[in-house]
Amino acid sequence: MKVELVTNVLDANTAIAEQNRQFFAAKGVFVLNLMSAPGAGKTTILEKTIEALKDQIRIGVIEGDICTTRDAERIAALGIPAVQINTDGACHLDANMILRSLQNLSLEDLDLLVIENVGNLVCPAEFDLGEHYKAMVISVTEGNDKPTKYPLMFKESQAILVNKLDLLPYTDFSLEVLKQDLETLNPQAQVFPISARTGEGVVAWSQWLVELASSIKSK
Amino acid sequence: MHELGLMQQVVQILQASVQKEGLERVNYVKLVVGQMTAAQPDALQFAFEVFASMENWLKGAVLEIEEREIKARCLDCGELFTVVEYRFICSECGSLNHELESGRELFIDYYEGDK
Repeated sequence: MKVELVTNVLDANTAIAEQNRQFFAAKGVFVLNLMSAPGAGKTTILEKTIEALKDQIRIGVIEGDICTTRDAERIAALGIPAVQINTDGACHLDANMILRSLQNLSLEDLDLLVIENVGNLVCPAEFDLGEHYKAMVISVTEGNDKPTKYPLMFKESQAILVNKLDLLPYTDFSLEVLKQDLETLNPQAQVFPISARTGEGVVAWSQWLVELASSIKSK
Repeated sequence: MHELGLMQQVVQILQASVQKEGLERVNYVKLVVGQMTAAQPDALQFAFEVFASMENWLKGAVLEIEEREIKARCLDCGELFTVVEYRFICSECGSLNHELESGRELFIDYYEGDK
């Protein structure tokens, strides 16, 4: 007996992501899914972003890691609500992990919620969390070949931060080559060269977030 | 990297359907996987074999995976073009404006089972 299913394998995740999305909309909070390889600088960028924005908008953070609460502690030290998710080995966050963690956050007190995904250039791009936008970080020390080797995340992201700009003179990384590669892969992406260490580029990136957060509020 | 988890979803979807249809066992499963997914057919096949060896109703079942190329529709000239090496550039007019037509598929098309 043949049974036609035509059922998406990720249906269960997508349904919960949709629930999250409606919840975020009802609370008027802009949600960003921040992804990158391990060590690209997601948490340090977040720290600088929070320092730049915490008097302008109300920010909350969900930290995803395989284990430890180190990142949530770093964020909480800045006086920002932070929830840690430990995936216990899983290589990405999924919508259900976000749904459960929302119990520990009061969304009505937030304008911007950043979900810092597990460091991984592959799997996180596949899972809808219910976010508005995806953003990713590539650091100049990772090399120019990353968009062509790991295209899905670069294709799915609305913003691409190029971090560790202060190290650019010590690498063979070329911003021009990156922009050329993105032209045929994701020409709409906003590219933000940034150095979380020196603070270069933090203002432009932060202002972009403020505009997105206020566009949600005015709806 | 997460193919085992994806296959777990496949098995759960199948199990629910098998119960609904009143079937005893599944012999064949057809899965459609786009090339623009983070799911490797080889790893999916391996994960399927792991589950098929654990579940009685799935023992000996065959998984067939149909891969779908990445295709995009040009928003300027309307051409449907195959995307080579993730370069989303229209083969007809060279435009970069496009919408994705296929490549992100990850679904169970159908399966065959016995009562």
